[in-house]
Amino acid sequence: MSVMPVILWTDALIFALLASVLVLVWLIRRQEHLRAPWRAVAQRPMAMGAALVLSVFVVTGLLDSLHYREKLPDSPADRPHYSVEVLSVFDKLVGDLRTRQEKTYSAPLAMQLYAKEFVQRDGVTVREYPRLKFGGAHLQTEAERIPDIARRSLTGLVQGLAVSLLLFGLLAAWQAHRSHMSSGQWLVAWRAGRLDWPARTVVLIVSVLLMLGGMLLNLAAAYHVFGTDKVGQDVLYISLKSIRTGLVIGTLTTLVTLPLAIGFGIAAGYFRGWVDDVIQYVYTVLNSIPGVLLIAAAVLIVQVYIESNPDLFDTAAARADIRLLALCLIMGVTSWTGLARLLRGESLKLRTLDYVEAARAFGVSHARIIGRHIFPNLFHLVLIAIVLDFSGLVLAEAVLSYVGVGVDPSMHSWGNMINGSRLELAREPVVWWQLGAAFAFMFTLVLAANLFADGVRDAFDPRQGGRR
Amino acid sequence: MKPLLSVDRLVTEFGRGADALRVIDGVSFYVAAGETYALLGESGSGKSITALSLMRLLPDGGHIAAGSVHLGEQDVLALPERDMRSVRGGGMAMIFQEPMLALNPVVKVGTQIVEVLVLHQRLAGPAAWDAARGLLDSVGVPDAARRLESYPFELSGGLRQRVMIAMALAGRPKLLIADEPTTALDVTIQAQVLDVLRRLRTEQQMGMLLITHDLGVVAENADRVGVMYAGELVEEGARDAFFAAPQHPYSRMLFEALPRPGDGGRLTTIPGQVPGFDQTQRGCRFAPRCPFAIARCRTESPDWQTLDGQRVRCHLAAGLPARSEREMTAHAKSGEITQPLLQVDGLKVHFPVRRGFFQRTVGHVRAVDEVSLSIRAGRTLALVGESGCGKTTVGKALLRLIEPTAGTIALGGETILADNVAMLRRQAQMVFQDPFSSLNPRMRVADILLEGMDALGVGAARDRREAMTQLLRQVGLPEDAGGRYPHAFSGGQRQRIAIARALAVSPRLVICDEPTSALDVSVQAQILNLLKDLQDSLGLAYLFITHNLAVVDYLAHDVAVMYLGRIVEQGAAADVLRAPRHPYTQALVSAVPRIETQTGHTIIRLPGDQPSPLNPPVGCHFHPRCTHASEACRLAYPEQTDLGNGHWARCHWVAGQLS
Amino acid sequence: MLAYILRRLLYAIPILIGVNLLTFALFFVVNTPDDMARLQLGAKHVTPDAIERWKVEHGYDKPLLLNVQASGSAQLTDTIFFQHSATMFVFEFGKGDDGRNIGNEIRTRMGPSLAIALPVFVIGLLVNITFALLMVFFRSTYLDLWGVVLCVVLMSISGLFYIIAGQFFIAKLWNLLPISGFAGGIDGLRFIVLPVLIGVVAGIGSGSRWYRTIFLEEIGKDYVRTARAKGLSEVRVLFRHVLKNGMIPILTGAVVVLPLLFMGSLITESFFGIPGLGSYTIDAIQAQDFAVVRAMVFLGSFLYIVGLILTDISYSWADPRVRLQ
Repeated sequence: MSVMPVILWTDALIFALLASVLVLVWLIRRQEHLRAPWRAVAQRPMAMGAALVLSVFVVTGLLDSLHYREKLPDSPADRPHYSVEVLSVFDKLVGDLRTRQEKTYSAPLAMQLYAKEFVQRDGVTVREYPRLKFGGAHLQTEAERIPDIARRSLTGLVQGLAVSLLLFGLLAAWQAHRSHMSSGQWLVAWRAGRLDWPARTVVLIVSVLLMLGGMLLNLAAAYHVFGTDKVGQDVLYISLKSIRTGLVIGTLTTLVTLPLAIGFGIAAGYFRGWVDDVIQYVYTVLNSIPGVLLIAAAVLIVQVYIESNPDLFDTAAARADIRLLALCLIMGVTSWTGLARLLRGESLKLRTLDYVEAARAFGVSHARIIGRHIFPNLFHLVLIAIVLDFSGLVLAEAVLSYVGVGVDPSMHSWGNMINGSRLELAREPVVWWQLGAAFAFMFTLVLAANLFADGVRDAFDPRQGGRR
Repeated sequence: MKPLLSVDRLVTEFGRGADALRVIDGVSFYVAAGETYALLGESGSGKSITALSLMRLLPDGGHIAAGSVHLGEQDVLALPERDMRSVRGGGMAMIFQEPMLALNPVVKVGTQIVEVLVLHQRLAGPAAWDAARGLLDSVGVPDAARRLESYPFELSGGLRQRVMIAMALAGRPKLLIADEPTTALDVTIQAQVLDVLRRLRTEQQMGMLLITHDLGVVAENADRVGVMYAGELVEEGARDAFFAAPQHPYSRMLFEALPRPGDGGRLTTIPGQVPGFDQTQRGCRFAPRCPFAIARCRTESPDWQTLDGQRVRCHLAAGLPARSEREMTAHAKSGEITQPLLQVDGLKVHFPVRRGFFQRTVGHVRAVDEVSLSIRAGRTLALVGESGCGKTTVGKALLRLIEPTAGTIALGGETILADNVAMLRRQAQMVFQDPFSSLNPRMRVADILLEGMDALGVGAARDRREAMTQLLRQVGLPEDAGGRYPHAFSGGQRQRIAIARALAVSPRLVICDEPTSALDVSVQAQILNLLKDLQDSLGLAYLFITHNLAVVDYLAHDVAVMYLGRIVEQGAAADVLRAPRHPYTQALVSAVPRIETQTGHTIIRLPGDQPSPLNPPVGCHFHPRCTHASEACRLAYPEQTDLGNGHWARCHWVAGQLS
Repeated sequence: MLAYILRRLLYAIPILIGVNLLTFALFFVVNTPDDMARLQLGAKHVTPDAIERWKVEHGYDKPLLLNVQASGSAQLTDTIFFQHSATMFVFEFGKGDDGRNIGNEIRTRMGPSLAIALPVFVIGLLVNITFALLMVFFRSTYLDLWGVVLCVVLMSISGLFYIIAGQFFIAKLWNLLPISGFAGGIDGLRFIVLPVLIGVVAGIGSGSRWYRTIFLEEIGKDYVRTARAKGLSEVRVLFRHVLKNGMIPILTGAVVVLPLLFMGSLITESFFGIPGLGSYTIDAIQAQDFAVVRAMVFLGSFLYIVGLILTDISYSWADPRVRLQ
């Protein structure tokens, strides 16, 4: 075996999360009152478009969570040695994007470094822009660059378009077959938007994604699409690697939040009395400490722990990973109060409802009342909180990394990208691409998440969405 | 001369294009100055939307698609929005059902009235405030000058509705639209408010459009009546003629569905329910529920015809059979068992009131104070009183949903203590008022019904499914209902589910807390019949908690009247309702609006409101509102005065009459 | 009412004790002074002697809770807990690693923090309410729909982006305002404009969307229909009735952050080089100056609790239903 699978803590949790989401989906499919709002979500073009974009991010993140270590080529077969570098399936798929390292900064789609250097040429020292090792290496002169870029982009677009047309044809044939129409009829219905799902938006978004993907693939084969960073690493690669970090923070933190918020929130609202007093006391104390400071304090502690126990973590990746996990835990512990408060209020209302009284009149136990009457009736609030919190957490990562209490500096994340390059804006010429790429990726993910969250909220709680 | 208001073929739709829902379909009527026109209909008939259409205040999505509305000479629908504003509040004013919600909670009452005076009478400053005080005086708000400074939540329901009326009058409207003005109020307060409306209409020669579902209110207040059904007007006529002989089958059935005093017969029910507006329909809209419907009714919408001065839209109007007599099913008389099933003695429920720095208990809300009751198997005891009198608390305390402060509860001769509550729960169950909040929307009907059996371990687990189907049949629901969720059912059907849930553990006593007050008359009849049938077949005892005396008369064997946490009069239903002795019971009975236009029926007006149970008046709680109050009433709470045949009252005046 | 406020104040004490114990546990029990010393000294200089010296310098050489060697009350007072945690109740924070008195630092740095945070808060509130009312006025039109979408877009942009882009374009490229710095008096105004502008813009998305929801909920209520039935114009209905009710949750929600304005904004201050408490905190975190971080935690909780009490008071001031019951 030439690889050794590595399961980092966050990997395990991510796949556990994925499994529970799948189980949840299976459960939801069987419950009419849970299925109906999801169907409403699926009928909203904005939410479906956002979901498609999100799914691209999620797939990237999942691929990037399958980690392994390669066997060193010269290690003995019976006692193989493995590289200390932890790679992921994603790294394998993007191929040499990871390894094509330049000397330092270069602008997007450039073929030269960003600044002049003294180079020895034919024995003479000249000051010029040195050529990149990989970016545009196949070109002879600068004049060829723009036409080459245009050609590659166009090829990518056409390829993307071709694939989308093919997919669309298959979709039309399948859907028409399913609904007993001719393909022509289906197309007419599709164009007029008379289908029971937002097919136009879905087709449009998929096509746009495919065309963008085609362009990126074609360009990235020969250029650094978003340039390179200070140590010459491809910015596109770093940005893509950062997706996993963002997703982990956005999801695992909620995973920590949920049990605390649900448990304490419902207990406080349902039992009232001293239980309520104690829980309220705890969350007022936690709430009163400025979140950043509490996180900072806890992260410092984790750092001390990691540094004093170096033998527990065999690779840099494992070290960075445990810090990421700790960050999620800490953010979870500091952020459950909001949801708990909401659930407490809602439980207070629910416990006075007649159907709870009716259950009490039968002598149904508290656990059963909570399980059958209280929790199912505030589940939608939990769901809305999950999707709404996600984008806030992704944004918070950037700020925390800036403060210095975010993820490990060695880990790829948008926060670290921003932090590492914000001072470069003062340079001449301005190095903007690293910041730009980080903000663009973050914005796309957060916007998609927010639009999706809006759809979910409107479908599950029409009153809160303020829609009529 | 043109009438004050004339509405011609009004059509109101929600949504546009092919999907539009037609909520009002070709309604025409007129209101003359100084007369009251009543629009009568059940919920969902479109009567409130009609009113909002006149004011052009439809909720978002609604619009008037056709027709015309004239206020005097003015074409209301043609006015630009700017001019429409002077019509609203000035030409016609409106009062709404729920005065607590309809008044701005954070603005002083005076400011809200003055706002109208500034707008429509160009008054300003002290003059406007004086005028506002005058208005409050005219609607009978005591201490008007001080009330101007109050916020709505500081006023009682009756006062709030008076403020609402004063506000509507502030613009000197020619037409007053009253949308269910008394539905949210207690009967004694309702009588006060209706009095005010009647007086003002006469004094100011206003036209009044009264929107209500209550036949009694119509009978006592309207000059002419229009009956609405599913967005259409189906019958119209002068009040006396209408009440003497309603012509439309729907109107007739409404009358027959109404429980009436001195009539133990089965109520006529209208099968089904008011259709939704999305169900487009050819022909007469009532046809699917009409027992007389013929083929023509289903294909052709009937036109207006005039019969003895009444207008009616029915193909069969002239040829309907004479009004049927009620089927008199004699009640199966339960054997006289001397031992009561439920015996309650000295029940007290006090809620502590905490105040101040240390949250000391400074007093108690005596929600229930020294209540004693007994119910025999197979009998119904009605617990009657106005909102806030503590009747629901009694019901919940009996089931120990609220822990009683004192008193003993014995069921079947066995005193209920903390260790045998399970026995209580098997023998006594509850049906709640609101069929929407009493069923968990996230549970299937089957699970709802099985919950009690599972929790109390009734029967063997494998038999429970069978028992459930049996239950569904018993309450008249289809057998496949078990697999569905509550939202798939209408209000009446949900109440059947709630009854089935209570019956699942085969109780001997069912506490019914206003089980029909959230339902329409026609549906109420179905539920009342069901309750009666179940009592006959299962020998159930009911504690029937209600404010609706007509229902009491129909269902109850015995009646207990509650006022401010205490029972003031108790006895056999016929005695208490026909010959009430306690002044409060007398007022209560007389305040119920009646359909029969009796001569000599005078309403006893009760001044003021029910006081807060936190500070009940010293002596007899009722004395501040009582016309017979004497010195003794102010000093001590009266003892029980026995009036024979198990009938008793707690009243010094009654005691004085006897001795 | 007075009794109520007094009770709230009393209730604050156990919370502050809780905060104090929590920070004590985090900074001295979980993370021992030895660990702190090691982190501070850096891997190269760690010797047992160096650690001891560091602890003595910072006053961390005493037992945590109970000094068995001391006698009498000193058993309790001559401890880390008493000297470093309990003293905070009298706002005695000790010295930071730079040797300066933390209390003095806080006092001098509050001003600059407030100079930025207060305008951001006030202007932001006004701008957001205005936008929210506009969207509500044009509800169910495309203006409202796109307004909401714009809000979502604005709130999807990282706060860091607003700052960096603002500094880059407005200050660096177009030279309209100084890129960073601070000065007192009228002269300092030009330094304040940019951070305030950015602070307001960054908050528009989430703020106006939230207020819009509040106003929309109010506008669906019955009293609004009554107001219209009186013949009031839509603008009057909005300003006289809806605004008055909607302001209750908005104002009371805003009051809780009012005291926290003293703490300033971490990110903005550090980007713009404003010598406020926010940048002080960030510097302390980055320099791992535990004394300062602890002081800021305590100060933050204290101000938050003051905010909670103010919220209760403002609630009863704004809502007659609470005031008069």
